[in-house]
Amino acid sequence: MNTTSLETASNPEGLRRIVIDPVSRVEGHGKVTILLDEMQRVQQVRLHIVEFRGFEKFIEGRPYWEVPVMVQRLCGICPVSHHLAASKALDRVVGAMPVTVSADKLRRLMHYGQIVQSHALHFFHLASPDLLFGLGAERDRRNIVGVAEAYPDTARQGILLRKFGQEIIRATSGKRVHGTGSVPGGMNRVVSAEDHAMLRAEVPQMLTWAQGAVDLVRRLHEQNPALYEGFASSPAPMMSLVGRDGAMELYDGVLRIRDANGAMVVDGVEDQRYRELIDEAVKPWTYMKFPYLRSMGAEAGWYRVGPLARLQNCDFIPTPRAEAQRRAFIDVHGGKVVHAALAFHWARMIEVLHGVEVIADLLDDPDILGGALMASGPRQAQGVGIIEAPRGTLIHDYTVGEDDLVSRCNLIVATTHNNQAMNEAVRSVALQYLDGQTITEPLLNHIEVAIRAYDPCLSCATHALGQMPLAVTLRDATGAVIDHVQRSSSGETVRGGRPHPVVQP
Amino acid sequence: MSAAVAPLLVLGWGNPSRGDDALGPLFVERLMQHAQDALPPGSVECLTDFQLQIEHALDLVGRKRVLLVDASVGLEAPFVISHPRAARDASFSTHALAPAALLQVYTELQREDPPPCTLLAIRADQFELGEAPGGQALADLALALAWAQDWLLTPQLCEREAL
Repeated sequence: MNTTSLETASNPEGLRRIVIDPVSRVEGHGKVTILLDEMQRVQQVRLHIVEFRGFEKFIEGRPYWEVPVMVQRLCGICPVSHHLAASKALDRVVGAMPVTVSADKLRRLMHYGQIVQSHALHFFHLASPDLLFGLGAERDRRNIVGVAEAYPDTARQGILLRKFGQEIIRATSGKRVHGTGSVPGGMNRVVSAEDHAMLRAEVPQMLTWAQGAVDLVRRLHEQNPALYEGFASSPAPMMSLVGRDGAMELYDGVLRIRDANGAMVVDGVEDQRYRELIDEAVKPWTYMKFPYLRSMGAEAGWYRVGPLARLQNCDFIPTPRAEAQRRAFIDVHGGKVVHAALAFHWARMIEVLHGVEVIADLLDDPDILGGALMASGPRQAQGVGIIEAPRGTLIHDYTVGEDDLVSRCNLIVATTHNNQAMNEAVRSVALQYLDGQTITEPLLNHIEVAIRAYDPCLSCATHALGQMPLAVTLRDATGAVIDHVQRSSSGETVRGGRPHPVVQP
Repeated sequence: MSAAVAPLLVLGWGNPSRGDDALGPLFVERLMQHAQDALPPGSVECLTDFQLQIEHALDLVGRKRVLLVDASVGLEAPFVISHPRAARDASFSTHALAPAALLQVYTELQREDPPPCTLLAIRADQFELGEAPGGQALADLALALAWAQDWLLTPQLCEREAL
């Protein structure tokens, strides 16, 4: 069955409704609605993402030089990616093309620190409980504390890898959070001698741990290839930046798109021309837009970004350890393009290894310790900055008036690129695991596992105490509540209470 | 951990640009000003972040007392004091870690009990991007700050309230 056909049921009025809200272990709030018919067959599946409103309004009207700092408040998980994408876009506005050698290397160092810390958090904190204990394991074990008890070394390594990445960010941006190191036109600081010595001393250990993480996820794949190669598979074109030579390139490059079979669709497209490749569609049942490839149209042109796309889009990885792992990934899959959701984790860990290798090389480069940091040139009114954020391609697009204020802003974040891909992944899981079966918590977790594989940032939302319960509402064909279960932030499962409002199909 | 670690840690989290979610960072910023006047240098370290996360377990190492501060929805009082104990819970199933789970991570990593921790939850109800904290939230923040001045100066306060 084509999963896209499950976007809208032919007869939604006569279907039972299950709502999972919010999806646990993802950033912000998400909600999955599943409509079942009287035989408990899946008839309609949608992933609702209710945020991503107001980003542009937040930025428009501000002086351009404030933007690289302000945009960090859009996302509590990947602020550095917004910081650097905004800086790159505004480099164009101030005519800093290119930025200086030192500024470029310092930004790269900051970016790869972000990649390492974000991927480490996701894998060790969010994904590893599912992978190590099994997708249907009892809920009390599937968490970081369970990992810490059963695999104490793995848990500790994950925390310290993340800490290492964050120390890289602090050393280059000036602060643990809300750094100001990158500015339109370059950088305003170098790595201090003290930080440099401290970070270099940690590199050998980080390389060992990153290698160990790749080995771990590879072993998991090899132990259960049917699960890892089939779970939530949804073939789609892949988009990412690559280097001009086809190398994996996460900071600055040209756009490449391959189709679902791996054939090249477009290559070498300058980032400033991204609008020629993609457009965004709107659907009535969600606030979130659906980007698509113009050449394939709104219905068929959805695509995937992120680690799995990047790994298979590039021709090679320009660091030796990660390149060896990329080749192993390809060999294990017989050279076929992989679209299974759990393969994201393997790709993500290869990127961690690559990130640590890049960091090691940059820490050996004297350009990060001094040199010219700012460049300038003829001013432009517009600028586009594209970066491969941990979750995928991040686009910042600004127009700045002569009064220095941002008059237009367009942001496309990785989770928006992956909106349709995540919906398809959820539909695939629903068909495989929920069709005709009793709805149980482990089965519902399979849907969450598919979403988590994309590491979505669903709202860049707040995390005030008590805001993140998991709730399930079951409604009959008339809209009446059959059941409502909520898991509180303290882990208690409470039946009853106030159900979610009816979601219009 | 070096000997220079301040015995007191105040850690507040939240997004400064999302309405009342700014209460945690705002609290830390304002308490730090007071602490600089009230305590000898090096007595307290003040940290902020967008979210409580696993690596904050490392910030707890070597502390005598810890004050954790966050905005909280659903409170009837301006603020609520509690004393989280290391425990499993479901909140670490999101990107944002719960204080109890943070302490459990600390226990697993350090193989020892965490330092005494006090959780200060400040009433909050609006979280729109680009909005400033509401008037009620700021009034509640002022009351919480008044309480925290005692916390800074009274080592026994944590233990007393735990009874």
